[in-house]
Amino acid sequence: MTVSETAPRVLVTKIGFDGHDRGSRIVASYLRDAGMEVIYTSPWQAVDAVVNLAIEEDVDVIGVSSLATDHHLIPKLMKALGDAKMEHVAVIVGGIIPPGDEKAMMDAGVAEIFHPGATREQIVDGVRGLAEQVRGGSAVS
Amino acid sequence: MNKQSKNPTGAPTRSSASRWAEDYASQIGTDLPRRNRSGIEIKPLYTPADWNGDRFEAQLGYPGQPPATRGVYASMHRGRSWSQRQLIGYATPAEYNQRLRNMIDAGVTAVSLIPCNSVYRGFDIDEVDIELVGTCGVTVNTIEDMEVCLEGIPLDRMSVSLNDPSPFTLLGFMAALARRRGIPWSAITGTSNQSDYISHYVANHMFYRLSLPGSRRVLLDHIKFANQHMTGWNPVSVVGQHMQQAGATPAESMGLTLSTAIQYANDCITLGLEPDSFLPRFTFFFDISISLFEEAAKFRAARRIWSRITREQLGAKDPRSWRFKFHGQTSGSDLTRQQPLNNIARVTIQALSGILGGLQSLHTDGYDEVLSVPTEDAARVAVATQNILREEAGLADVIDPLGGSYYVETLTDQMEEAILAVMKRIEDAGGMYAAVESGLVQSMIGESAIAFQNRVDNGEQTMVGVNAYQIKEESLADVGLTGPDRALMEAQVDRVRRFKKDRSQDDAQQAIDALRNAANDDGQNTFEQVIEAADAGVTHGEICTALREELGYGHPLVVA
Repeated sequence: MTVSETAPRVLVTKIGFDGHDRGSRIVASYLRDAGMEVIYTSPWQAVDAVVNLAIEEDVDVIGVSSLATDHHLIPKLMKALGDAKMEHVAVIVGGIIPPGDEKAMMDAGVAEIFHPGATREQIVDGVRGLAEQVRGGSAVS
Repeated sequence: MNKQSKNPTGAPTRSSASRWAEDYASQIGTDLPRRNRSGIEIKPLYTPADWNGDRFEAQLGYPGQPPATRGVYASMHRGRSWSQRQLIGYATPAEYNQRLRNMIDAGVTAVSLIPCNSVYRGFDIDEVDIELVGTCGVTVNTIEDMEVCLEGIPLDRMSVSLNDPSPFTLLGFMAALARRRGIPWSAITGTSNQSDYISHYVANHMFYRLSLPGSRRVLLDHIKFANQHMTGWNPVSVVGQHMQQAGATPAESMGLTLSTAIQYANDCITLGLEPDSFLPRFTFFFDISISLFEEAAKFRAARRIWSRITREQLGAKDPRSWRFKFHGQTSGSDLTRQQPLNNIARVTIQALSGILGGLQSLHTDGYDEVLSVPTEDAARVAVATQNILREEAGLADVIDPLGGSYYVETLTDQMEEAILAVMKRIEDAGGMYAAVESGLVQSMIGESAIAFQNRVDNGEQTMVGVNAYQIKEESLADVGLTGPDRALMEAQVDRVRRFKKDRSQDDAQQAIDALRNAANDDGQNTFEQVIEAADAGVTHGEICTALREELGYGHPLVVA
């Protein structure tokens, strides 16, 4: 079986200080139900820990959930991924992302933002599509 | 003789009831079962066949006395309105103080202080990423910070609610500050919100990473200290809000909360405290969802259960020990990012439900909470909503206005049954502490969260603007509050560093040593040493670090 035929590998995590994990748990269950390999962490991960786990687990996508302003650390995460030569991994952010902050997320290299009200289908299709792009990209290079 | 037709309540006779049933069946067509969020099936009509006044004394009675269904005080909101307690916390102590004063001018009657998440996690702001400092709460690291936060606030006349998980450093700062101002501790009133470490552990991991046994010890010290020296202070607020926000149904969150309260009460009794010495100071904090009658019934049922448990199971003799006093917060997870102004309607209904349920204090959410930390305008609307409900809608006029409703009384009985079933499950698992250690509670909450989400996903649970009645919306305008002023936060970090540098290092070190000693000596009280440390210039982060090192770190159970 080639790599591209195996299930997408997704790290679902929270960085920063907040512990509200209802959203990340639900997203993890959506992705698992859709047949993906989900690596799930408890909240409060340090940026470096997320990068290391992404390398160890060879993930295609990192999903970061934020309720209480932890998305402010996303630019730091993106930079750390770049420094670790992990820029091919797609990063998605979900949760309470104020409209005024969206541009900063996208400018930092975030692939997609899921807001409250995003459906199961949108999330599953979005993550699957990104994982395929990631694998397509790495196959070429 | 036909007894039914003489029913003095004017209830329908058997023949009219059966005629209605036939008419209903022919008009309704297919009648799919409807269930509330706790899973209780809701009938189309309730009559004296479901509930009648025969059980008035046993099930309802009068407010302020058992069975307590109707309220914890004889005069309830008519005698004294619920407190309007808005959560406030943002940026620096000086900005917090300004916002607090503005809210008091708008009608807020009690102080609430929400610290920055770095504070929740037990750090000082000079130890963490600056990006996160002050973004969702006020940074309070030192007694000096607390002094600025509470400048101009009469501590002996205004109730203060501190979101202050163990080891209660915020109250330590406040107590030390009161002593400096010459205010006796017995004159301080308010609540240690978030002292319920179990709710943090199971629902949102917002504990200090003190080990579970360490958290247990520190809470018991806090209760003992308050009992002796701060007799107007509520050291325990048992929290159902976290669990319901994390996905527990209303009945589950209530059952889990009451199980937690029993755990804490038994822990106190094991220590040798008299039930009547601490139970009058137990308070509760709940989420109020938009399921209007279910929430009101949840609170009415819980009042009845707690009144019975305190008397029959915990051995309380003082009527004040039987009172189920609670703060309610409108549910953020019912609010939608789509068509955000609709949230004003939602918050109004949630607040109405809590008021009908007989709450003692209320926080109403800002309509924009699903977009960002609430703006000041949204916070003002939230306060006005409470003023409108009380003074325009007349909700403080009549005590327990739902009392005697066939539906609400039936539902109250059914919610009581559902809550008791949850409590039985926890009891069978060895009590709340054991059920948390084993992960049972976390699994229950997680399963309910997913079940609810499935109902939203498949359209069974309507959310206006999300899965129904969507409209094409303009992209949302910049709400203009994407973080505090970075320069101000950096200046605040400098201020904390300067404070640490300028204090008497000997005094600070001695206080830290005393705190460590207390942690290792069950005969001493850790909270007493927290106050002394606060007074000696020890910072929040230093107090937390000392206790973490002595009492052990906690680690979240990962349940996905």
